[in-house]
Parts: sequence; C-alpha cells; structure tokens
Amino acid sequence: MSFNDQSILSRKISTHESRSVTLLLIAVALGYLLLFLALPLFSVFYEAFSKGWRLYLDAIREPDALSAIKLTLITACISVPANLVFGIAAAWSIAKFEFRGKSLLITLIDLPFAVSPVVSGLVYVLLFGANGWIGPWLQAHDIKLIFAVPGIVLATIFVTFPFIARELIPLMQAQGKEEEEAAISLGASGWQTFFRVTLPNIKWGLLYGVILCNARAMGEFGAVSVVSGHIRGLTNTMPLHVEILYNEYNFVAAFSVASLLALLALVTLGIKSLVELQAKRSGEPLHHGA
Amino acid sequence: MSITITNLNKQFGTYKALNDINLEVRSGELLALLGPSGCGKTSLLRIIGGLDVADAGKLLFNGEDVEQRNARERNVGFVFQHYALFRHMTVFENVAFGLRVKPKKERHNEAEIKRRVHELLDLVQLDWLADRYPSQLSGGQRQRIALARALAVEPKILLLDEPFGALDAKVRKELRRWLRRLHDELHITSIFVTHDQEEALEVADRVVVMNKGNIEQIGTPDEVYATPATPFVYQFIGNVNLFHSRDYASWTEQHGDAVAYVRPHDIDISRTPQDSTALQVEVKLVRAIGSVVRVEVAADGSSEFIEIELSRERFDATTLANGDKVFIRPRQFRVFQTGGQHELSAA
Repeated sequence: MSFNDQSILSRKISTHESRSVTLLLIAVALGYLLLFLALPLFSVFYEAFSKGWRLYLDAIREPDALSAIKLTLITACISVPANLVFGIAAAWSIAKFEFRGKSLLITLIDLPFAVSPVVSGLVYVLLFGANGWIGPWLQAHDIKLIFAVPGIVLATIFVTFPFIARELIPLMQAQGKEEEEAAISLGASGWQTFFRVTLPNIKWGLLYGVILCNARAMGEFGAVSVVSGHIRGLTNTMPLHVEILYNEYNFVAAFSVASLLALLALVTLGIKSLVELQAKRSGEPLHHGA
Repeated sequence: MSITITNLNKQFGTYKALNDINLEVRSGELLALLGPSGCGKTSLLRIIGGLDVADAGKLLFNGEDVEQRNARERNVGFVFQHYALFRHMTVFENVAFGLRVKPKKERHNEAEIKRRVHELLDLVQLDWLADRYPSQLSGGQRQRIALARALAVEPKILLLDEPFGALDAKVRKELRRWLRRLHDELHITSIFVTHDQEEALEVADRVVVMNKGNIEQIGTPDEVYATPATPFVYQFIGNVNLFHSRDYASWTEQHGDAVAYVRPHDIDISRTPQDSTALQVEVKLVRAIGSVVRVEVAADGSSEFIEIELSRERFDATTLANGDKVFIRPRQFRVFQTGGQHELSAA
C-alpha cells in the first residue's frame, strides 16, 4: 500500500516544473532586475542625498543647473509638438494613401533608430558647422545653428522622430479609412473629419507615442552632445550638465541633477502604465510599433 | 434622382476594374449590382459615391455632370460593408454626425437634431440603443444604425456596399425584407452591391450582372433568371447543366461546336423514352432537400453528372432508386457557341 502511494506522489505532470526550478527562475529574473535596474536607480537617489537636503537643493538651484533644466524643457517643448505634427502627417499619409516611394518613407522614418545618435549629431555639424555645406551661408546671414539652441533642438527632433510616427502607423493601418470615408460622404470637411473621427480614434496611441518621445527628448545625450559645444549656462542640457559635473568629481551635484532625470523616467513610466490601462478600459487597441 | 453612366472606365495598374460601363439607373428604383468578387461592382459603387475617381467616362445625376463634385457635395448616402460606424461615438452621435458637421447657417439647432435622430432611430427600430457604443451592438443592429446615419443627411441616392455580407444567414434574410420595405416607404434611388444572387433576385427591382469589369446583363430578377443573356449569367445565377455538342449531339447538332445550357428543373425524367432525342442515363444519387428532390444522373460511359431538380410530387410518382436506368430530355434549353458569347437558339 505504502509503495503504491509513493508511486503516485512521485508522478509529475510534465508541464509543471518542480518547485525548486520555479523559485530559481524567479530568483534569477528578480536578481537581474535588481542588479542592473533597481540598484543603479537607487544609487542615483542615494548619492544625490548622501550629503543631505541642503546640498541637493543647492546643486539644483545653481544657475548653470537651472539653465540646463530650462534648456532641456525648451528642447522638449519644441521637439515634441514638432514630432507630433510630423508624426501624424507621416502616419496619415502612409496608412491612408497609396503613393510611390511609400516604403522609402517608412524606411526613412526608421533611420534615426538605425543610426547611432552621435552620427546624427555629426551629420548636423557637417551640414551646418562653420566648415560644413551650408555653414558659410548661415554665418554670412548671422544664423547660428551649431553650438547653439537651434542645433540642439534640430538634433533632438531628428533622434526622436520615429517614436510618434512608429506608434501611429500600425494603429492607423489597422483602422483603415472607412470611417473617414463615411465622415466625408456624410458631408464633413477634411478638418472636421480629422478632429471628429481620426484624432479620437488614435488618441491613446498618440499619447503613448508622445510620452515615449518626450522621455527621449529630455534624456538624449549623444546627438545633442556633438552639436551643443558644452557651453555652460548656454548650451548644456541636463544630461550634458550631469556629465560635466561628474567629470569634475562633483558627485553630489551630478547625482542631484541626474535624480531629476531619473524622476522624470519614473513619472513617464507611471503615466505610460496609466495610459495603457485607460486604453485597455476603453477597448481600443494600443499597437506597439517600434 | 436618376443616374446616367456612359463609357465609364477604371484601371488599377494593369488591372481593368471597369470596362466601358453604360448604365441608366431610374429615379426611385432599387438596383442590385451582382457579380463575383473582383468583377468591379464595388469600384462602380465607389465612383458613383465620389470615393473613387473614374479614368474616363461620364457620370450624371438627373442629367447633371457630377464629376467635379466630391463625395461631400454629391448628397449621397453610403453604407459600408463593415458598417464603418464611428467607434468612439454613441449610436445617437453616430446618427447625428451628418447633421452636426453641416455649415453653420444650414445647421439645425440641438432640439431639432435630437428630434430627427430619434425619428431615424425609430425608423430602423433601434431607438432604445441610442446611448450604446457600436462595439456593444450585434452585426444586424450595426448595419441598421449605419443605414440610419446615412439617411440622416437626406441623401438623394443611397449606395450600399455588400450591406448584408458580414451577417449570418437568418439575420441576412430578415434585413433583406426590411430593406425592401424601407425602400418602398422612402423611394430613394438605391444601388446595392452583392455577390449573393438570391439576395439580388429577392430585393432588387432590377439586377445588373457584372463580370470582369463588364456588364453582362441588365434586367428584372425574372429576366436575368429566366432568359440569361450570356453563358456567364446562366452559370452565375442558379444552377445549370452544360451539354457539349461533342457528347450530346442530338440536342445541339445543327449548331456545330456549341454548348446547350439547361436548368436542373427544366429536365424531364421518365422510364420510357419521351422521343427520339431522349438520353438514357443511370441514376447515381437521389437526395431530398426540403421541398425539392435532387437527382444526379450520368449517361452511359460518362463520368459527368447531370443535375436534375424535381418537386416532391413529381418525385413520388416516379420513385427513383440508385442504379435505375431512365430517360431524360430537356424541356427548355439554350445553345451558345463554344468560346463565344453568341447565342444560337432557344428551345
């Protein structure tokens, strides 16, 4: 009898791993996350506050830091709306129309993802720099792009271009153009169709793309680093400012400013989850293009 | 409003979707565009509605050229195969859409919009769904809302693209009759596209049979069924048996290389030869389907089956069984020359 019982107990369902294997897998996954994601994030805040509140606030209130924060916000405030307009226009034309060179356009939209940001920055220097193709002309007309705010904004727009377009293209393709055709045949004008039919249909995907685009616009380092020239208080964004402080061994200040960026990332993640939840609740699909 | 179409052409790349189409739609009639998928019927509908542009040809509404008018300005109601309801709007807002986007000076006030939307929802018998969203409706309900939405702007022409295509058989049948009754009430010139011959024959005043971008025949449901103009119409509408002159010379011999087209219910069956042209066959299969009995027979030495349909009364009289030797003779048939569309005779 006892022999029988044991044979039943030792029989396993083939799709179920044993408890120890399950625990091991979870432990590995969690450990990995802690080591490479949570621990660095924690250390940023730990270092930032290591010398107390006062130093933390001083580091953030310092004029150069404030100007870096301001420049980062300006950059995001220009590049995100610009990419919002371009992204919708590109996604609209790709999803709703047939035209020659469509696949080329799709490839071009992906270019910023494929090219290293540093290379993107260099391209701008090559084009608009003092020795670049258009540089002398710009100089003659007293227009400063490279080592100035416009260059930083241009580089950021380039790097963050795919986020919104990539988010919208599959969504709009899946939705087709029947609803727009219905609106037009009911007498709606182009703008009425866009604001009353198209935009409400893509709002969650659009918001999702804007969040990702904004996060990248504020955090972009490579491309901006090449075109900015690192002029303190003038052309330093937050990521560049962090690097300079760090290279000067000013760790508390570096981590303080870095903590702001980290905080932004956390807030972004929070909003992103909220948007996903909201989109799910409203029953609209949220496609992840990129 | 009448529609006149002359020499209309449309090409997609190398594919000719519409080939020199000429069609006159009478004011107030319900017309069906019938054909297999890819025959150009939807292209024709979209061109009439202004959603596509023809490459060449004329399109007149009441004798007036509308080529320069886009879909907004044509005053045409379009009902899409997959409804195309605005998914983020309630049923009420969907129907109200056409009224709300009118230019300011033509727009009705809120009370009037409300009254008219409820009137339309009453017409399609779905007023109780006004606050729902399209995703909460069944297919048949969505289709009726789509129709109410199209009717809201008081179109002079109503275009329906496979209106019942995505519905199950029972709902299709109900909606079909309902559409017919609605048309009899409103008398809007209506064109609907379908690949279902039963649907076209049951609902439409006239049927336009299309194939590969050409119009094969225009006629009343009875005309296209009883006197098909081409072999294609014969085969597309209803079942038909083909008797090639090679094998069945006695029925087609005077015409050379030709094919006789015979409907399954136009064949007589008998134990004794009806006349000298009767063909001896063997019964292969007998199946009763509802009110008719379907008999499949084959001539001696032939592997081709001939389909015969008998009413139940006739079948009981002869009581056939598999393997019986019987004689068949077509009561009515038409002969077309092989390969050509040319009709040679009708018996």
